[in-house]
Amino acid sequence: MPVDPKEKIAKRVARELKEGDLVNLGIGLPTLVANYIPKGVHVFFQSENGIIGMGPEPQQGFENKDLTNAGAGYITALPGAMTFDSAFSFALIRGGHLDITVLGGLQVDEEGHLANWMIPGKMIPGMGGAMDLVTGAKRVIVAMTHTAKGEPKILKKCTLPLTSIRRVDLIVTELAVIRPTDEGLLLEEIAEETTLDEVLKLTEARLIVSNDLNKF
Amino acid sequence: MKVISFDEAVDLIKPGSTLMVGGFLGVGTPEGIIDKIVERGISNLTVIANDTAFEDRGVGKLVKNKLCKKVVVSHIGTNPETQRQMIAGELDVELVPQGTLAERVRAGGAGLGGILTPTGVGTVVENGKQIIEINGRKYLLELPLRADFALIKAKRCDYLGNLVYNLTATNFNPLMALAAETVIVEVEEIVPTGVLTPDEIKTPAVLVDYVVLSQGVK
Repeated sequence: MPVDPKEKIAKRVARELKEGDLVNLGIGLPTLVANYIPKGVHVFFQSENGIIGMGPEPQQGFENKDLTNAGAGYITALPGAMTFDSAFSFALIRGGHLDITVLGGLQVDEEGHLANWMIPGKMIPGMGGAMDLVTGAKRVIVAMTHTAKGEPKILKKCTLPLTSIRRVDLIVTELAVIRPTDEGLLLEEIAEETTLDEVLKLTEARLIVSNDLNKF
Repeated sequence: MKVISFDEAVDLIKPGSTLMVGGFLGVGTPEGIIDKIVERGISNLTVIANDTAFEDRGVGKLVKNKLCKKVVVSHIGTNPETQRQMIAGELDVELVPQGTLAERVRAGGAGLGGILTPTGVGTVVENGKQIIEINGRKYLLELPLRADFALIKAKRCDYLGNLVYNLTATNFNPLMALAAETVIVEVEEIVPTGVLTPDEIKTPAVLVDYVVLSQGVK
């Protein structure tokens, strides 16, 4: 049975979450990570519009117009949740209190730089909280498909405007798990469904293949 | 604090004013005041807000009706009209990282001359800004923001004008209440003084100039 790439990515990212972590999931693919938290692991989800302790979407009829996520979708507040203003929210993010941020990506390069907020002349949504998240979180995980329309997204050098000059900590795609290091991009894992040759072919950046290459 | 009507509130706002508008994608935005501005066609506005929401919601309605000359926001992705006007050269859009925007508003309200943030260093955001190195790390000097009016949404206020916000509708509202010459608040409920406990009041009455009571809460 074919594997859904987004599900594959979300499942692998979820394994990075540890007990007690404060976690911010970006809109879109990263949101799926919440569905695959390992059993017995409890984390706190932050949403940058002002909550720690965000819970899943409410049942129909129980929506609260003043309780939403950063994409304006209805959420719930778990027991023990706290809400706060935007300055406090970004003090958590920028101040190094956020353990993990999981963000989507348009491009990542050999230096571990992420570009994910605009395509000049085409798509200019604005950076929202992405620049603060990448600059300030303790760990930055990029969760994205390996290619876009067959073209590599992991490049020698990003061609799109960068989100931050901070090196991201981990790149998870449906084909590979890659760790940016001082020496370059270390390929640590490849998907069960792929081969090393295919991963190398679909990656423009130079990859250092780990001596202990695992499957996921 | 004085309780006034929507019409009286909007009488205060002249074309060309700078407005801070609370809300995050419309959540926590004083929609009644926005609707009245649209109805009156008060134009040439500079709007400072988290985002331009949606074409039919929040600040998005001001953009859609071409009432803004400039917006200072972190995100315009949910409002295609903002992007269209920007590309057509009809609207000046200053994109600011969300955490930087919050701190610039806070600085404006707190009497600070600016803030230093690592966010944006080495990106297009640093263009034209002073870079200051402290303990070996680079920071951007980001300047304070202030406005003629802050348009705030609160859950309730008491007879004095003390404000309580609700859940994630809080967002930029309490920050903006400090950073404008005139603060106009749309509330869902006005309760007797003493009902709100000191701990739950997030904006004190002394900051609030006018209160408008929401008519029918969506």
